[in-house]
Amino acid sequence: MKFSFSGEQEEFRTSLRRFLGERSPTKEVRRLMETDAGFEPAAWRKLNTELGLTAVRIPEAYGGQGFGFGELGIVLEEMGRALLCAPFFSTAVLATSAILNAGTEDQKQALLPGIAAGDTIATLAWVEDPAHWDAAATRMTATQTGSTWKLDGHKSYVLDGHTADLIVVLARAAGTSGEAGLSLFTVKGDAQGLERRNLKVMDPTRKLARLDFKGVEATLLGEAGAAAAPFARTLVEAAVCLSNEMAGVSERLREDALAYAQMRMQFGRPIASFQSMKHKHADMLVDVELAKSAAYYAAAALDEGDEDIAAVASIAKAAASEAALQTAVHAIQIHGGIGFTWDNDTHLWFKRAKSSEVLLGDAHYHREQMMQHWAD
Amino acid sequence: MSELTEDSVRAEVRAWLEANWNPELGLVEWRNKLADSGWGVPGWPKEWYGRDLPAGLVPVVDEEFARIGAIGVAKAGIRTLAAATILAHGTDLHKEKYLRRILTGEDTWCQLFSEPGSGSDVAGAVTRAEMKGNKWIVNGQKVWTTSAHHAHWGLLLARTDWDQTKHKGLSYFIIDMHQPGVNVQPLKQMNGHASFNQVFLTDAVVEPEFLVANVGDGWAVTTTTLMHERRGADGLRSWAMGSDRKGRAYDEERAEIATTMEPYKWYPQRAGRVDLILERAKETGHFEDPVVRQEIARLLVMSKAAEWTARRARAAAQQGKPQGPEGSLGKLVSSHVARAAARVHTQLSGADALLSGSDSPMNGVIAEILVSVPATSIAGGTDEIQRNIISERVLKMPKEPSIDTTKPFRDVPRNMVR
Repeated sequence: MKFSFSGEQEEFRTSLRRFLGERSPTKEVRRLMETDAGFEPAAWRKLNTELGLTAVRIPEAYGGQGFGFGELGIVLEEMGRALLCAPFFSTAVLATSAILNAGTEDQKQALLPGIAAGDTIATLAWVEDPAHWDAAATRMTATQTGSTWKLDGHKSYVLDGHTADLIVVLARAAGTSGEAGLSLFTVKGDAQGLERRNLKVMDPTRKLARLDFKGVEATLLGEAGAAAAPFARTLVEAAVCLSNEMAGVSERLREDALAYAQMRMQFGRPIASFQSMKHKHADMLVDVELAKSAAYYAAAALDEGDEDIAAVASIAKAAASEAALQTAVHAIQIHGGIGFTWDNDTHLWFKRAKSSEVLLGDAHYHREQMMQHWAD
Repeated sequence: MSELTEDSVRAEVRAWLEANWNPELGLVEWRNKLADSGWGVPGWPKEWYGRDLPAGLVPVVDEEFARIGAIGVAKAGIRTLAAATILAHGTDLHKEKYLRRILTGEDTWCQLFSEPGSGSDVAGAVTRAEMKGNKWIVNGQKVWTTSAHHAHWGLLLARTDWDQTKHKGLSYFIIDMHQPGVNVQPLKQMNGHASFNQVFLTDAVVEPEFLVANVGDGWAVTTTTLMHERRGADGLRSWAMGSDRKGRAYDEERAEIATTMEPYKWYPQRAGRVDLILERAKETGHFEDPVVRQEIARLLVMSKAAEWTARRARAAAQQGKPQGPEGSLGKLVSSHVARAAARVHTQLSGADALLSGSDSPMNGVIAEILVSVPATSIAGGTDEIQRNIISERVLKMPKEPSIDTTKPFRDVPRNMVR
């Protein structure tokens, strides 16, 4: 397996890091996280057009750049590092993967160019109350009348659900259960009968919505009743992508805490000179580097069609979840009192680490997923 | 002289092997041919059994040896470190006397660095060498000496000047292990094995010409030896596989491997045996236990991420990139993995973890894991030293203050004896 970055990829990372560093300083993060949308459509469209970010993994046939998860992983890692406020994960990961995995050729032709160009903000809605991260718990019903489908029920924890132009929705035929009878649909953000409510969130850089559906007209995505496999694949890809984003979050937390420890003087010496501090930083480096290795390996495994990819993705997500949160906890501790204040930036990444730990299933969930792959 | 290329080297070594390799030769006879021809250590200087081959072309020679299964020079054990140290710092007399018999495997070596009072702090050695009547007379105690019981020669670090500062008062010697003043005793470990020795030196003699470099250069020479120890750590494993081919040379090599590897037979258990976890979980019926499953998975996630981190470091090295932080973490991570594995093996074994030997699971393998893992976080640099190294060298955090390096060593506090 190819498992290191090429010169082109390193250059891509370097320029992206510089660009996002300029466009997403914490002042900007703080401004955008206080808005309802969590981003500014015009500014996001401009940035996306300049860098072609949502196009990275969309095949050229659908208006994209045709790169793989290796490159998409770089984009996500750098976005995590910069804490960019943008509807990227919802659009370019969740919705794009669902459409690529489940959609017909005509649907990909119709839906993906808008995403690649940055004109469409899209998301994937599958979790309901009470929350389960897999498909089997889906209760929303899809009813077919002639050639039209209507959706009834609700979705929650929908990333950018209140701002998305296009929502991919998982629902089931009435009377089915488990993985049978599941279908994916697309719904317009302003569809009749769809009520969207912005949820109050712990991590203000990651906006979530609850969506209530009352007879909402929907378009079938792909084949009726056959969504289980493409949807599962979509979640695997999303877990790998989130793990890469978390690698960036974790490394940023670690580096900022180190810079602070080197600068902060107590008892007449930098706190970085205390062995308790040095050993903590060595342990943080271990956590972060192991999580990065797992995230990079998982992205490469996706690109190369590794048959163990579901287990590998869960390893990456479990490692990333623990590393990100542990690093965030250490980072606050290293900053001391100032680290607990709103004005200090550490809490911004702490909250992103926390929301990422839980999103798509926490470490316990993914450890169990991984074990199920090795049950036989 | 024509320029060396991969093709020219390959053709030359292939022709030489065709003319000379014969598995029915005695091992020493064959290795003497390697020493004479320079093909055994082609990267070494021409005047000392090598061919001055550029490092980039040495793997071509290795490949040709491997292709036909030809045996190489004796590589395992401390002898490789001795050879590297003698090549770098030894006199012509040292090279003349020792190098050939290192390559043929006739002589084995041991390393007399660690002492009961200086483990992580090797430069704190207090074994003394004093010049008396034109000979060095050595007194002291060394410990953790692998293979000292059959070694012919030892690499000795001893203090020659107590008025000098810590690092400047040390000198480096080659000492004959077969003499009356050298008493080697096995050191029994908590897992029952005795892979190491204690070496008691009582008026042991070193002739003046077996000082390596100058008086006071001992720390610099020791650094060379330790650097090669770290570099060579990976080589041992592949070499130890040996070969199952037929022929006198192969038989003799197998016997050599068996002797050299004997001290290391519990090392797989020391690392935690993650490879046994799933099998044990299924055979003990714990695979379905959700609590144990979490612990197993936690271990496997760490172990996989560690394996991928090592691969990431290797891939970067192969691309010629400067070493990133991922290359410095292996030692510390292996301690975490070993400890987690011992914890899970205990959970899986339940009451059987109370037993040992043939009464315990897998004929004692599991019990051996539980009492061997504590060595992982100590041997070859403790976890605490590793964290210092990582924080200082990789993260550029301030160095520990050294309060013992500027005053005469005789004034430096040592272990409190009550």
